[in-house]
Amino acid sequence: MSEPMVAIYIFVLACFVGYWVVWGVTPSLHAPLISLTNAISGIIIVGAILVAGFDRSAIAEALGFFAVLLASINIFGGFVVTQRMLTMFKKKRGR
Amino acid sequence: MTLGTEGLAVAYLVSATLFILGLKGLTHPTSARRGNYYAMAGMLLAVAATMLNPAVKSHAWIAAGIAGGAVIGTIVALKIKMTAMPQLVAALHSFVGLTAVLVAVGTYLTHAHQGAHGYVLLSELFAGSFIGAVTFTGSAVAFGKLQALISPKPLKFPGHHLLNLVLAAALFALGVDFVLHDHFVSLLLLTAIALALGVLLILPIGGADMPVVVSMLNSYSGWAAAATGFTLSNNLLIIAGALVGFSGAILSYIMSRAMNRSIVSIVLGGFGGGEAGTETPMAAAVGKGIKAAAVEDAVFLMANAAKVVIVPGYGMAVAQAQHALKELLDTLEAKGVEVKFAIHPVAGRMPGHMNVLLAEADVPYDRVFEMDEINPEFPTADVALIVGANDVTNPAAKTQKSSPIYGMPILEANRAKHVFFVKRSLKPGYSGVDNLLFMQDNCSLIFGDAKDVCERMAVELKAA
Repeated sequence: MSEPMVAIYIFVLACFVGYWVVWGVTPSLHAPLISLTNAISGIIIVGAILVAGFDRSAIAEALGFFAVLLASINIFGGFVVTQRMLTMFKKKRGR
Repeated sequence: MTLGTEGLAVAYLVSATLFILGLKGLTHPTSARRGNYYAMAGMLLAVAATMLNPAVKSHAWIAAGIAGGAVIGTIVALKIKMTAMPQLVAALHSFVGLTAVLVAVGTYLTHAHQGAHGYVLLSELFAGSFIGAVTFTGSAVAFGKLQALISPKPLKFPGHHLLNLVLAAALFALGVDFVLHDHFVSLLLLTAIALALGVLLILPIGGADMPVVVSMLNSYSGWAAAATGFTLSNNLLIIAGALVGFSGAILSYIMSRAMNRSIVSIVLGGFGGGEAGTETPMAAAVGKGIKAAAVEDAVFLMANAAKVVIVPGYGMAVAQAQHALKELLDTLEAKGVEVKFAIHPVAGRMPGHMNVLLAEADVPYDRVFEMDEINPEFPTADVALIVGANDVTNPAAKTQKSSPIYGMPILEANRAKHVFFVKRSLKPGYSGVDNLLFMQDNCSLIFGDAKDVCERMAVELKAA
């Protein structure tokens, strides 16, 4: 099996995992779901790091730096705001 | 220290597993925070492993980028108001899109040092750049609409769809040229067209359709990450991208179903945006045979009620009335009245918007109910109090076949014994449709700012 074919296998199976996991999310947590997936899509930082660390083209390095910066804002912003929202969901109120 | 191929693969596998467990945690509020920690751990592991990849030769700029992002991201996330959450989410989506474009162009340049590009890589770069660019500008426009920098009304002009079609055709022609002939200029041109397309796709979508747009762009940002994963043959990016892509797709589906509209019709442009005349609300109300009530009337009925159901909508967010509603909840419960909150799936500007605002005001989540759970309870409610919601309570959706919102599932507040509708004016809801609820005998309107009215209710109730 060629490498792109393996990638397609993984992609399709991951779609099914996503499908079943996300249908289980309670509607009251849909906003944190969006911000958490937002943070997770910051995983694109992996691609940004590979470009930034290539070290043989100044343009690529500059592009990579901006990409790392943006993805990092996404990761930290997404996780922190998810955490903020989730700490607000309480069952009993603290008087 | 560097990691070999196998070591990297193991780290990425663990990281992908942690992401899945993280999303799984959101099944219930009690496990949700743990889920967030899992996802954080997965991200930390992925970044650390990538830094140890022997292909990464210089680390200084990367460290600077991560540090800068950490400072900016954390500060913004800590300062942002909960009512502004949809804007923040849209802004973050746009960053993912722009990152995908930068990575695609950067990867093209770095691979140029390693010899010729294959067709597979070129098509993957095409996909990554195109999806990333649409996500970037689309989310930027969504941000502008949510932040009220751009009119939230649907913006359309004659030939809009035709222009989109022509641009899409040009984009694909350039894509084919890029893949077949490896012309870098084509990649840049098609990215520019995709940027324009992102703007044109989101401009005609109206404010009330924002929950769908936010979910859709959430999905796109996932697909952009997955496409980048294909380019780099990186399985972690493919898995994480697919998870996010599907999450957004499911949310878009749930949102559009809650409006009884197809995603296609939403994408093609929002409806209405109708503006009412300048008549004073009271005069218009009397003219239309609509009853207006004072805060005292509502307070009297609520104080003597056994059960009150509160229906919040976007107007609650605009007026920041959530804390006043919490005050009202406490006062009513202290008097032995059962209080429940009813949330329509598309209330607000993003999925779950109302739940977060109520949680912010310390309303316990076990008092907050989804549409299907609460609808059977309206007939047993003595008072339904509607604060800043409109279309989602309009019985026309059930009874009037000619109505544009016919078939949309609604909160059946009209079946409560008494309905009080807090409203600033008689302006119709977002769809531009008059709310039939106002004509019902059991419904009275209380005119005023949502926050102000709810605060006065709480004060009067305490005195009653």
